[in-house]
Amino acid sequence: MANEVNSANTMGKSSAEAVLTPLGQPEVSKAGLVATLRRYVDPAIASAFGCIVLLLLLGSLYSSSFLSPEYLLQQLKVASFLGVIATGSMVVILLGQIDLSVPWVVAVGGMMATAATGWGPLGMAMAIPVGIGCGVLLGLINGFGVAFLRIPSMIVTLAVNAVAQGLMVVHTGGFSPQDSSSPAMRFIATGHDLFGIPNALLVWAAVGSAAVFLLTRTTFGRVVYAIGNRERAAYLSGARVRMVVMAAFALSGGLSAFGGVLLAGYASKAAQAMGDPYLLPAIAAVVLGGTSILGGRGSYIGTVAGVILITLLQSILSVMQMEEFGRHVIYGVVIIVMLLIYGRGRRHSD
Amino acid sequence: MSSSAPLAKGGRSSAVPTSRNGPRAGRSDWPYHLREHRGTLLAFAAFIVMFAIYATNHPVGLNANVATTAANKGVLLAIVAMAQTLVVLTSGIDLSVGMVMILANCLASSIVVGTPLMTALGVVGVLLTGCVCGAINGLIVIYGRLQPIVTTIATGSVFYGLALALRRVPGGDVNATLADAVTGQMPGGIPASLALLVGLVLVVWLPFRRSVTGRAAYAVGSSEVAAYMSGVPIRRAKFVAYLLSGLLAAIAGLFVTCITYSGEASAANGSTYTLYSIAAVVLGGVSLFGGSGSAIGAIFGALMFRTIGDLLFVFNLDPLWQPLFQGVVLSAAVCLGSVRLLRVRNRLDLYG
Repeated sequence: MANEVNSANTMGKSSAEAVLTPLGQPEVSKAGLVATLRRYVDPAIASAFGCIVLLLLLGSLYSSSFLSPEYLLQQLKVASFLGVIATGSMVVILLGQIDLSVPWVVAVGGMMATAATGWGPLGMAMAIPVGIGCGVLLGLINGFGVAFLRIPSMIVTLAVNAVAQGLMVVHTGGFSPQDSSSPAMRFIATGHDLFGIPNALLVWAAVGSAAVFLLTRTTFGRVVYAIGNRERAAYLSGARVRMVVMAAFALSGGLSAFGGVLLAGYASKAAQAMGDPYLLPAIAAVVLGGTSILGGRGSYIGTVAGVILITLLQSILSVMQMEEFGRHVIYGVVIIVMLLIYGRGRRHSD
Repeated sequence: MSSSAPLAKGGRSSAVPTSRNGPRAGRSDWPYHLREHRGTLLAFAAFIVMFAIYATNHPVGLNANVATTAANKGVLLAIVAMAQTLVVLTSGIDLSVGMVMILANCLASSIVVGTPLMTALGVVGVLLTGCVCGAINGLIVIYGRLQPIVTTIATGSVFYGLALALRRVPGGDVNATLADAVTGQMPGGIPASLALLVGLVLVVWLPFRRSVTGRAAYAVGSSEVAAYMSGVPIRRAKFVAYLLSGLLAAIAGLFVTCITYSGEASAANGSTYTLYSIAAVVLGGVSLFGGSGSAIGAIFGALMFRTIGDLLFVFNLDPLWQPLFQGVVLSAAVCLGSVRLLRVRNRLDLYG
């Protein structure tokens, strides 16, 4: 008996370890090189990076400046705004939910930060925290609706987006606000002091490292993946499901607003529709990076690849002076084709 | 195929939280029917109350012109909401309805002109375009096995690009006879657009709802795996749902052209209508998880959503407050749906 219990225990333990460190223990299996590669390299992420290289090569055929360090750094700087926003979207998508409130939470972040700058020295110092704080508040409302009221996230975030838009229309009187952004906002968005590396890129690197740590090394991260796989099982395992969902949405709101703060710093002003072009690219970047839209599966490096891929695609299309309609068509077709290559769901018969 | 009917019915009722004590054999099943149509009936009642407040407080009173203007705005959203409902019933979502509408609008402003014959051909062309857009969405979702939300985001971008290619600047024209006939009044002061809406319900929705394919769409929305195991024609159901969604979105685009007499490739309008269509679907009692609700409910949801926006105008409030008011009302309506949580006895039922 005791033996049986013991073996069951060790089995439970080892399977738990296998779950906790899916990529750990470099056991070289006999199945050969391909299987080993499969284990360490997600095909989705590999093809995303492959597409990035392909895009750069295509671009360099068009103009040699595509491979210059200045151009690449400039692209990474532009990508970092999308990167910060996509980080938040990714955490929510890992839960199996979606955050459609990105457009106006971005605008709230930018507008509240610039409004705070107008309040004098104290406001100027507090501009960035105020902007992010407003985003966190809106994210908490999203999270409360999803976690406690059990409303589908698509609806809650849509409603919060509408409320945020309404608040900003009332706040600004329907025009773009006249306040300009604070020096600190401009510094983090446009400066490049450390060896010419853009500060925005450093900000993205910091946010990204924090996200990787949070997702892979903390209880919060494990519970996020667990909820995405099966919320019921996570709840029965004693995870504080509702708190984690609230926190994930708050994180998404805060990061969207932070993206807005950065954008306002970059353009030195906030504008009414500043967040509109970020909702779809953020979701597309996360999904192109191999994160399942159904939740529970995906890694941050994939999101990085997706963000860079989308930024490069947009940049190359505009450099090639593609007309706007062509950009929209190609953008949509590329997303569909890439997903058809590696993002397909399972058959019923599987 | 007759075996799929009871299956579809059973599957549908399982989407209703309280259906564990479902219809008992040998008894009248009107409580079941009442529960099935609860969302639709609630939406209808709420719309009647709101429209009564609107009509009694309107500064001019409810004359034929006021009714026609209100009807035109409401019917436009109602058609888009119908398009959204068909896809939502299969537990999908179509985020490209607004863009199909914009594409149809731009196309109609170019080809629905001239002699009656040319106009008729133009209308057919616009409707066919809508069907093709819907079919593309359907094929990618069914055979590409991509998630509807991502698929329709991407195809929406393509449709918008095509609309922009057709109309780089707003403009164009439309056959005035057709436009006046659709947006004007019928004898007796009844708005013609309402007749159009009733016609669409009779010609598109009811046949779909009563067909095997329609029942299969409900079954797929309730539980795709169960529907597959039961031999329900899943692919046909989904394909027809997306196809009709594209068709209805194109009809909405044609209607926009008749109202504005021009075409405009406006991304903002497209995404607004997509979002409003989801709001209307939710207000109309259609479950976003699929398998329960009806297009009739979504129509009243759409009319209600429009009336909410107009109430502010009636009460002379600053138009600046309109977006906030609509957002708050939408949030409140959505939160009302959580009342069902009070009936949940086992906490585990909360987690899917």
